[in-house]
Amino acid sequence: MSDYLIKLNKVSLTLQGRSILKDIQLTVRAGEIVTLIGPNGAGKSSLLKLALGLHPVSSGQRICLPNLRIGYMPQKLSLPETLPLSVKHFLQLARGYHKSQLMNVCQRLNIEHLLKRPMQRLSGGELQRALLARALLSKPELLVLDEPVQGLDVSGQSELYHLISDLKDELNCGVLMVSHDLHLVMAATDKVVCLNGHVCCEGHPQTVQQDPSYLELFGKSMPAHLAPYTHHHDHTHGEHCDHSHESSHQPGDKS
Amino acid sequence: MSWLIESLLAGWLLSLMSGPLGSFIVWRRMAYFGDTLAHSALLGVTLGFVFDVNLNLAIVLCAVFVALILASLQRQHFIPSDTLLGLMAHTTLAAGLVTISQVDSVRIDLNAYLFGDLLAVDRQDLLFMSLGCVLVLAVLSRMWRGLLATTVSEELAQVEGYPVARLRLLFMVLLAVVIASAMKLVGVLLITALLIIPAAAARPFSQGPKQMAILATLISMVAVAVGLGLSYQFDTPAGPSIVLTSALFFLLSQSSYRLLSRA
Repeated sequence: MSDYLIKLNKVSLTLQGRSILKDIQLTVRAGEIVTLIGPNGAGKSSLLKLALGLHPVSSGQRICLPNLRIGYMPQKLSLPETLPLSVKHFLQLARGYHKSQLMNVCQRLNIEHLLKRPMQRLSGGELQRALLARALLSKPELLVLDEPVQGLDVSGQSELYHLISDLKDELNCGVLMVSHDLHLVMAATDKVVCLNGHVCCEGHPQTVQQDPSYLELFGKSMPAHLAPYTHHHDHTHGEHCDHSHESSHQPGDKS
Repeated sequence: MSWLIESLLAGWLLSLMSGPLGSFIVWRRMAYFGDTLAHSALLGVTLGFVFDVNLNLAIVLCAVFVALILASLQRQHFIPSDTLLGLMAHTTLAAGLVTISQVDSVRIDLNAYLFGDLLAVDRQDLLFMSLGCVLVLAVLSRMWRGLLATTVSEELAQVEGYPVARLRLLFMVLLAVVIASAMKLVGVLLITALLIIPAAAARPFSQGPKQMAILATLISMVAVAVGLGLSYQFDTPAGPSIVLTSALFFLLSQSSYRLLSRA
């Protein structure tokens, strides 16, 4: 028995003579959230695609459990306006799911009211949830998320990260995701891999945060007003909470 | 009068294929790709004459061949896609025109191939189109979900285990069959119009992909009937008359949709 879901063993990716990724070692286990962070062009999305098997590796090995069920949430969709596609149509394109599951997933993600809405008329947050729902339909053992919180405001981001963390426990799946911001994912991640063409450092988020190579990539360039947001909510929101109190403590607002 | 019925039948068979397939072309933003394949059809005709094979078959084979070359060149990314398509479209058309001038065993009516020739549709063509129609509709209904999934997102479809590469090839073959069928009726230069205009006209009134494919088919069938009627009445060329009628439907659809949504 192997304890990993997927393992990248010393993989490299070279595109048109340019080295994108070099000697990457990456393992994702069940019940674990692994977050990739790194500056733009660090190869985060490329690494996800290698892990998904969408790109062949230039060298090294990609080993995954046989018949591993993967749920993938892409960064965005570019749907043409000419395609009339409701959220329901979109979800029904998922493969090998049970009919009853569709409603369960939609209830869990709170998107039942969106089912008839055209995909092109969703807001950023609604689209993320629709994409996440599609990824969940296959009952994934491994969930791969490419910048899942992109385009959301701070409260929306932390909400979605909590949701992902909860879903991980419910499904007992492994999660591999890309994020821009370490501070927001910290609470919801077990392992951080800091990437810049190669693995700069990795480990528990607290440890990575102290790592010199992390500080070199992120620390110095971070302006004061983006200082770590350490306030943690110690209460849970009711279902119809309007979040109006969120505005009273923005990051950097040390009240 | 019987030729009118025959060409109406041919046009409707074509609509049954071009409605759904044209919708896919619009969704996949492949109008120019379809146009390139259509341009290569003339080369197929010549090669058919030279090697003495069935013309329809020659067109299908030639179009599939060009599609494969296009797909492999597009993957290499050394020139932008639109440049590549323009290059291939006109190179194959020119090659067709040059070779056709060298085939002197047969007198070929070039106009008929460029703009379509109603009277040229014979029983054999009708048979080919019926077979093509059955094939295209059977494959489309079996592969519908896969084709739609790859249209929405190839990466997502691939992760979910759809046979993406096979579906792409299949789509090209279907497109080649439709182009071969459409050639006699509307000609090389107008095939794309027949594929995309009815689909574009159907868009404002469609709530789902299937609905749009069906609506595009119906619009196309009406356009064929009206276009042929006008062509018979006023002695205009059939292919262009059909295309103009579809364009008129497109205008009507757009303006009525705008009026309705404002009200």
